[in-house]
Amino acid sequence: MVTLKDVTKRYPIHGGDRIILNKVSLCVNKGEKLEILGRNGAGKSTLVRLLSGAERPDSGKIVRKMSVSWPIAFGEAFHNYLTGLDNLRLICRFYNVDWRDKLDFVQDFSELGIYLREPLVHYSSGMRARLAFAISMLIEFDCYLIDEVAAVGDSRFHQKCHTELFEKRKDRSMVIVSHSPDFIRQHCEDAVVLVDGHLHHFDTVDQAYEYYDRLMAMG
Amino acid sequence: MVEGCTLQESFAIQWRVTKALVMREILDRYGRHNIGFMWMFFEPMLFTLAVTALWTVAGMGHGSDFPIVAFAITGYSPVLLWRNMPSRCEKAVQANHTLMHHRNVKLMDIYASRLLLEGGGATISFFLLTIFFGSLGWVSMPYNLLEVAFGWIMMAWFGCSLAILVGASAERLEFIGILWHPTSYILFPLSGAAFSVDTLPPAFQTAVLYVPMVHAVECIREGFLGPLYTAHYDLSYLACWNLALSILGCAQMRYVSRKIIA
Repeated sequence: MVTLKDVTKRYPIHGGDRIILNKVSLCVNKGEKLEILGRNGAGKSTLVRLLSGAERPDSGKIVRKMSVSWPIAFGEAFHNYLTGLDNLRLICRFYNVDWRDKLDFVQDFSELGIYLREPLVHYSSGMRARLAFAISMLIEFDCYLIDEVAAVGDSRFHQKCHTELFEKRKDRSMVIVSHSPDFIRQHCEDAVVLVDGHLHHFDTVDQAYEYYDRLMAMG
Repeated sequence: MVEGCTLQESFAIQWRVTKALVMREILDRYGRHNIGFMWMFFEPMLFTLAVTALWTVAGMGHGSDFPIVAFAITGYSPVLLWRNMPSRCEKAVQANHTLMHHRNVKLMDIYASRLLLEGGGATISFFLLTIFFGSLGWVSMPYNLLEVAFGWIMMAWFGCSLAILVGASAERLEFIGILWHPTSYILFPLSGAAFSVDTLPPAFQTAVLYVPMVHAVECIREGFLGPLYTAHYDLSYLACWNLALSILGCAQMRYVSRKIIA
């Protein structure tokens, strides 16, 4: 279980602090799939970084009773000037996994071919996403944080991500961030909407979507 | 990954993460081309060699009659510790912040990996240069190796604590990083690299012995040259500096890792 209790996060910006999350509370149970909806800049990624532990809250409490992944899929957690292969080695070493056993999977999943030995700065966004996702699947977590998995890559890539996450790891918890709902809608049993620093909870996913659609329509 | 592990497990994680980051630093800095990781000590060696060559050609004994080569390598090598370590830590977060998404990677690990690499490179370079010039017969082997090592370790401690203080403060206040470069430039001639305290007028001696680096350099030289050299130093004075810088540096690092970094 992962719980957030009254978590507040501010960022200093030009002309004073801006409150991104205002006393937000959230609970992710073991095996639960939770979707976080919100517009661009609503603070979804900040919430994910707090869940992962990459950032600390200004106030409030975060308790993790299971292992939580880094925000996967977008490739934020990698080093840009290293090659794909060096990133693979580096991250495996962080988590005590033998990279040699995993090379075939990464080659196969990422379909990068010889580009695996090129630095990430030379990759297209699709290539980055494929590598990032492949490496993310090497380390087993109880809870996966998934930030905008549907935003990049083609349908073949989406299908492969789907298999890895929702079929092979369907017993795990997942926190999924998205503003293109259709891809994941079917897998989530719970959804919350983030608006102006507040987190709105709903009884059903459909209610959450209804509220979110209304919000988007208001512009 | 999961909160609450034993001390032994924590050490294992620390060792693994630091090792991985050191390898990352080496790759990022020197790549796989030509001599690869050997640049780690070849680069500082070139610095010291260039200065040694310059001083030899110019006949700059700096008012002393010690062998110039020994004077230069014992003087310039310690500079690599106190000057380069802070310079390397100054932009360390910027280059590594994406890796801090991994919960095992902390600010301390980023600094530790850079300091290990910098300190290791300077140490190997000092060691190889001594052997190289020793085999040519231009310098004699150190008179008291332990004394050299002790002075060297004290200087490395000074460099590390200063580096963490400068590096972490610069994350909060950018101008500290900018100020460090001219400051190190001004400190260089005062650091004892290019003079022997004993040859200075007494009033100068008192003043210059307020500079902490001088004490380590004098200790290293005494260990290197033995009775040839009249040294003036007090390592407990340097130790006080080191302790103070360590405490301030750790406090800054703690603050920055909680408040500033993504």
